[in-house]
Amino acid sequence: MEHEVDKRSFYEVKKGFMSWAITLDHKRIGIMYLVSVLIGFGLGGLFALALRLELITPDKLFMADKMYNQSFTLHGAIMVFLFIIPSIPASFGNFMLPLMLGAKDVAFPRLNLASFHIFLLGAAFLVLSIFLGAVDTGWTFYAPYSLHTDTSVVCAVFGAFIMGFSSILTGVNFIATIHSLRPPGMTWFRMPLFVWALYSTSILQVLATPVLGITLLLLMVERVMNIGIFDPSLGGDPVLFEHFFWFYSHPAVYIMILPAMGVMSELVTTFCRRNIFGYKYIAYSSIAIAVISFLVWGHHLFVSGQSDFASMLFSLLTFLVAIPSAIKIFNWIATMYKGSIDAKSPFLYFVAFILLFCIGGFTGIVLGSLSLDVNLHDTYFVVAHFHYTMMGGVLMAFLGAVHYWWPKMIGKMYNELLAKIACFLIVIGFNVVFFPQFLMGAKGMPRRYHVYDPEFHVYHVISTVGSWILAVGFIMVLYYLIQSLRNGEKAPDNPWGSLTLEWKTTSPPILENFESTPSVTCGPYEYKGSPS
Amino acid sequence: MNQKADSLVDKGGVWFSEPISTYAAQSDSLFYFILILSIIMFFAIGFVMFWFMIKYKRTEERPEADGQLIHSNFLEISWTVIPTILCLFVFYWGYKDFLTMSIPPVDAMEIRVTGQKWFWEFETADNGLKTTGEFAVPVNTPVKLIMTSKDVIHSLFVPNFRMKRDVVPNRYTRVWFEAEKTGSYKLFCTEYCGDAHSKMLATVHVLSDEDYEKWVDKNLSSDSVPLDVIGKKVFDVKCSICHSTDGSKKVGPTWKGLFGSKRVFEDGTSLVADDDYIKESINEPSAKIVSGYKGIPMTSFLGSVSDREIDGLIEYMKTLK
Repeated sequence: MEHEVDKRSFYEVKKGFMSWAITLDHKRIGIMYLVSVLIGFGLGGLFALALRLELITPDKLFMADKMYNQSFTLHGAIMVFLFIIPSIPASFGNFMLPLMLGAKDVAFPRLNLASFHIFLLGAAFLVLSIFLGAVDTGWTFYAPYSLHTDTSVVCAVFGAFIMGFSSILTGVNFIATIHSLRPPGMTWFRMPLFVWALYSTSILQVLATPVLGITLLLLMVERVMNIGIFDPSLGGDPVLFEHFFWFYSHPAVYIMILPAMGVMSELVTTFCRRNIFGYKYIAYSSIAIAVISFLVWGHHLFVSGQSDFASMLFSLLTFLVAIPSAIKIFNWIATMYKGSIDAKSPFLYFVAFILLFCIGGFTGIVLGSLSLDVNLHDTYFVVAHFHYTMMGGVLMAFLGAVHYWWPKMIGKMYNELLAKIACFLIVIGFNVVFFPQFLMGAKGMPRRYHVYDPEFHVYHVISTVGSWILAVGFIMVLYYLIQSLRNGEKAPDNPWGSLTLEWKTTSPPILENFESTPSVTCGPYEYKGSPS
Repeated sequence: MNQKADSLVDKGGVWFSEPISTYAAQSDSLFYFILILSIIMFFAIGFVMFWFMIKYKRTEERPEADGQLIHSNFLEISWTVIPTILCLFVFYWGYKDFLTMSIPPVDAMEIRVTGQKWFWEFETADNGLKTTGEFAVPVNTPVKLIMTSKDVIHSLFVPNFRMKRDVVPNRYTRVWFEAEKTGSYKLFCTEYCGDAHSKMLATVHVLSDEDYEKWVDKNLSSDSVPLDVIGKKVFDVKCSICHSTDGSKKVGPTWKGLFGSKRVFEDGTSLVADDDYIKESINEPSAKIVSGYKGIPMTSFLGSVSDREIDGLIEYMKTLK
């Protein structure tokens, strides 16, 4: 090496507010994203608890109609834009991508910092809109309702518009990093599968997000200047908005789930000490999902009046996009075969993901079927379905990632027993909240209803009680993670005995990630054991 | 009619409310097919996963994996091909049922539905019977709803019929059903439409032919005028100068047999004349010019013919076969 490497951890090299606010270090940016998305999750979660509490009685409990509508809108918008979309790729992606590749940083560190600042700016507008008359349109901002409501649509939409740029720039940055910063020997098929997942996600972010940006911009233009684009009374077409919106927002659910699937591949290999089964199938299925997911948006419009022929094509493509996800699940299970399985808390989240995501997937098949969707569209069945995929899928993977990488990122261990109990509570609570929603949805309970027919009362009561169990689980996680921060036992460099490169450096890593550039001679998961 | 609507929860199975329309039970059977497959798959995946977790549990004597099987063409191909075939089968089944639900029988009785914040209006086309928040249909009769909205998007949903369709401003959407059992059934708005979205409810009464007659007599007020009569009045004053009803050619095309016929336009495109096309031709005549009528532009009636009069004109046109 030409220069002396600073062997202190990246936290110790510099201190103070400015060392974070204008840092170019991908690890600090990753930590800042992690803190931001956790705040987002907490805020969105409070709205969820309030909604569930309100729904414990069929009539009004403590919210007026409008306040209820604003609350479910904010719950959705905050969870989508401030938590799920940036959750894994922006926090763990930023922190881990260069480490897993064996690089010093992402390709464009300044752009990376800019992405974070833009994200904060967008988030600020979204939060500001809460105080300027919170939006009551649903997170989907459907026209013409969103053009006529007296709430602060422009402010909230502008926030989402700005955050889109953050997402695009992060995507560009990751693509460039993966193409250009792989060290000697790190071929495409020696990259960890989390990196493949980030690569597919980035493609989606770069290609789909601009469409959302344009759509939201058109919405703002129409609201401010009264130009008829989506409003029929001005000669516009409201169904066009639905097409534009879902052209982004369906790929967006894969922006959410693909990184989660990447985390699953890391967890299963590490905790089974197994080389991954079907590496290329898992890698290519991510790309297949990225491509096909652009062509399925119309399955949100089966009852909108779009032509039957279009609905037929969208339904067919929707079934095709299910296959790559199924392939991944089967390959992960096969990876467990003959492994040495240590069911530590991150692995428990792997198990939770598989079970809950399967239920999400199977109910997705139900909703992809044209005739069944007619009945179930916009009922609680759909609400339960996407919570099983987004919360049962993405959130479980996110928690798995938190528990898996916590020792590396923070340098301390957490209480494993409490972690296992919390995981158990979260999975139980989750099912108590959302399973009854399948049943009431199938019976005809529409979503976004503030007051409801008393015959659905019992389902809602069970669901609300579940939300309290869930809350206890999350508070436990928060408790032992804070305890770990304050006086957790120091983490070794590689507590799980994993083979990927991020575990080859110190915990927490040094500023330059590695003392010398790692050279890679084999795949990421070549654990001991006779090849068979 | 104040009879209480049927319970969705108490009647029917664990999953769905009692199926009342002709296509409801058929649609449910696809759900049960997927449900059974899903349960089998779910327990198979769960069983294998937990079995491996117990069998291959890490111990001090066995800290490393026993084997590193990483590839099997047989497995990869089977778990790609089998789910694909199942998915295509389910897709086809859903599509087939969807077509049944989408295409109304030609002789269906027509009811025009208007959604607006936050109530539903129903008007039976052939007798001018107009009601709010409830409507009645005879049992075992196909009924077609032609729907539009006065403000934002709504959606009409009757769980017992397994029927739902968005109700969009400035556009007509259609659904149909044939109820097989008398009773009163709940109708919901399922597209979020603002403050009182959850109170935008209505009831569908399915009555025996006898009761239906009584219901019509009771609710038909003396000033109810059937839509096609309204339409004929408007036609005589505003349209008959240029359009005939007997097939003869005047300045514009005849109305005889126009509705539902294939129209060929100056630019070579064509479509089947439906409610949306007629409304567009009245409000914005130059949008689509029928082949042979170039150079004789019709004046727009936007604003001078109300939406209700347009509905009347369409219903009148339908009588000119």
